[in-house]
Amino acid sequence: MLRRALRLRLGQCLSGRGLGTYRGGSTLDCDGKVSKIKKKIQSIFPGRAWSPLYDTSHLPPERSDVVIVGGGVLGLSVAYWLKRLEKQQGAIQVLVVERDHTYARASTVLSVGGIRQQFSLPENVQLSLFSAEFLRNINEYLAVVDDPPLDLQFNPSGYLLLASEEGAAIMERNVKIQRPTHSSRQEGAKVCLMSPEQLQKKFPWINTEGVALASYGLENEGWFDPWCLLQGLRRKLQSMGVLFCQGEVTRFISSSSHMETASGEQVTLKRIHEVHVKMDHSQEFQPVECALVVNAAGAWSGQIAELAGIGTGPPGTMQGTKLPVEPRKRYVYLWHCPQGPGLEAPLVADPSGAYFRREGLGNNYLGSCSPTEEEEPDPGNLEVDYDFFQEKVWPRLAQRVPAFETLKVRSAWAGYYDYNTFDQNGVVGPHPLVINMYFATGFSGHGLQQAPAVGRAVAEMMLEGHFQTINLSPFLFGRFYFGEKAQEHCIL
Amino acid sequence: MAAPRASLRLVAPVWNRGTSGIRGLSKAVDPEGSQRKGRTLLQFLTDHFYDVEAVREYLLRKQVLKVQKKNRSFTYIEERYGPYVAGAYFVLKQGGAVKFRDREWMRANEQGLSSLEFRKLQEVPVEAVDASGCAINYQGLDNLLALKELQSLSLQRCPHVDDWCLGRLYHLADSLQELSLAGCPRISERGLACLHHLQNLRRLDISDLPAVSNPGLTQILVEEMLPHCEVLGADWAQGLKVGPEEQSPDAAGSPIPA
Repeated sequence: MLRRALRLRLGQCLSGRGLGTYRGGSTLDCDGKVSKIKKKIQSIFPGRAWSPLYDTSHLPPERSDVVIVGGGVLGLSVAYWLKRLEKQQGAIQVLVVERDHTYARASTVLSVGGIRQQFSLPENVQLSLFSAEFLRNINEYLAVVDDPPLDLQFNPSGYLLLASEEGAAIMERNVKIQRPTHSSRQEGAKVCLMSPEQLQKKFPWINTEGVALASYGLENEGWFDPWCLLQGLRRKLQSMGVLFCQGEVTRFISSSSHMETASGEQVTLKRIHEVHVKMDHSQEFQPVECALVVNAAGAWSGQIAELAGIGTGPPGTMQGTKLPVEPRKRYVYLWHCPQGPGLEAPLVADPSGAYFRREGLGNNYLGSCSPTEEEEPDPGNLEVDYDFFQEKVWPRLAQRVPAFETLKVRSAWAGYYDYNTFDQNGVVGPHPLVINMYFATGFSGHGLQQAPAVGRAVAEMMLEGHFQTINLSPFLFGRFYFGEKAQEHCIL
Repeated sequence: MAAPRASLRLVAPVWNRGTSGIRGLSKAVDPEGSQRKGRTLLQFLTDHFYDVEAVREYLLRKQVLKVQKKNRSFTYIEERYGPYVAGAYFVLKQGGAVKFRDREWMRANEQGLSSLEFRKLQEVPVEAVDASGCAINYQGLDNLLALKELQSLSLQRCPHVDDWCLGRLYHLADSLQELSLAGCPRISERGLACLHHLQNLRRLDISDLPAVSNPGLTQILVEEMLPHCEVLGADWAQGLKVGPEEQSPDAAGSPIPA
């Protein structure tokens, strides 16, 4: 009996291969001890995290060429293009610092997931067109050997933007910008303009009262699953050797140098040397030496910019110009309407600002409305206000689609827009004074759909020093100081 | 859906790997995957050696480039002989069949495609295209969309036709009367939603689409979307489960093995 027990325990010990110590049956938990010793010895081998004093596997590395603050779709897109456009494989070390690895409050995953080319700025149209091409060929861009292909669940149903009398002229002008012109060689968006009669014939469930013109995107527009894109990017980045770290950036250590411009003005240029990354629920932090920092923190980019000293200076100067990106809360409601529009329904945007789209096959719809400046909810939390739906969203939707008079709200959630209070368009490129901080933020609700193209533009800026494929000079930081607005009129 | 997810299986957070060695052991991208039993030798080698991974990535890339090469556009033929001949040449080169107006079905024969016939067919529109099993993708569809009088299009079992391609078929809305998408592995109900542009469609075949989540419901919704069209596809009762039936007397009487 004893012999059999000994043999059993020996068998258990020996099942820990290689380092099985013949401890016999003297200790009852030889299994646990063997595995601990095995781990300790394996950590000394090359390729493992070995530190003699304590476990540092959760800390970021001590140095990294590029630190990307923010692990949402924009940050990951910049990391992807940096690794893809680097001149030699493995030339650039990239570290992505994300505060919340569950992405519970990240704008990416809470987004409605639409993509459209119907913008008023040609740069936005080009960004969206390239991003559509990226999403279409996502299994070529983000292919990882041995992993299943990504299914973005893209619905190519298009966007239908409705305009009232006042907005009709602007819409026509926008469509001219979106379509390809004969002189430009660039691809354009396929958008068709419809009169109210044509609209009624095509979509009989719309009430065309008050609609003077409608623009319907025919190709490369629709909605998709942003979570899938995020996971696909993460997977590909891990295979390309990008490091991920969960922590919060609390400090930038930088050095300043005083220079004089050609006209004799004094100017102070700053360079960030270290990023302090603080771990969750502890005071422990790791100083990461870096060469370049990318601010892709979304709704919290303003705070990161303040940490870097952007905006601390007398107002009216370049030093005193803050990054005008702040979090704005937006709600999304999911409802069920049994007699609602069928499969062909695009994402419909009313002139009043309300929008909705179909979700799935069971007569469920997602939609919302952007509040006006006076009604902006408090962005301190992500609680949903159902009264907003009752008073602001439902009446407008029911007026546009009479079938929505009988609907039942199933659920709702709230997310942040990284809202650029200056002109509701993104900020890309380096800061003029903090010379190694690059921005990729402030897209005010259309960041997800432009993320692949913006990532490429920022990576080109970082590696080459100028934009190569799409010229995003209207989106540089300097415009906040010089007051040159690149205003986007079609914001949902 | 983009609702906040509480309990989705997340790719486990990956800390830094301690890449201090020359050959940092790059664990599998999916950390749970490497612990799965039954990973083949090739997958094991790919996880642990950069060289094997690079070779496999190169082979994957070559496959993709092969499909892209098949779908290039023949601008010379289009300039010389017109869009109908260019489209027909494209289909024949892929291995499909083409029917010009008032002519018989043509398929590429062993000798290849002779250019003598094409000179006669410059102005004759193409009426029907059978591209079953061909490797047509989004780019290659350009050649087909130029055939403005196409009446019947068969894309059965095409492995690279997906929802994005269906979003382009509105170019053929004026003339297309018959469309067959049976057996395409990448088409789902989201792509079928953009067929509402094809109001002249009279016959639509959407049977055997593995990526459609709910074939019966999808068929009903497509029929509602295209009221003048006959939709062949799944039986509406396909997705329904059979209710518990009564025990037959034979089953009750069969002896239970000891």
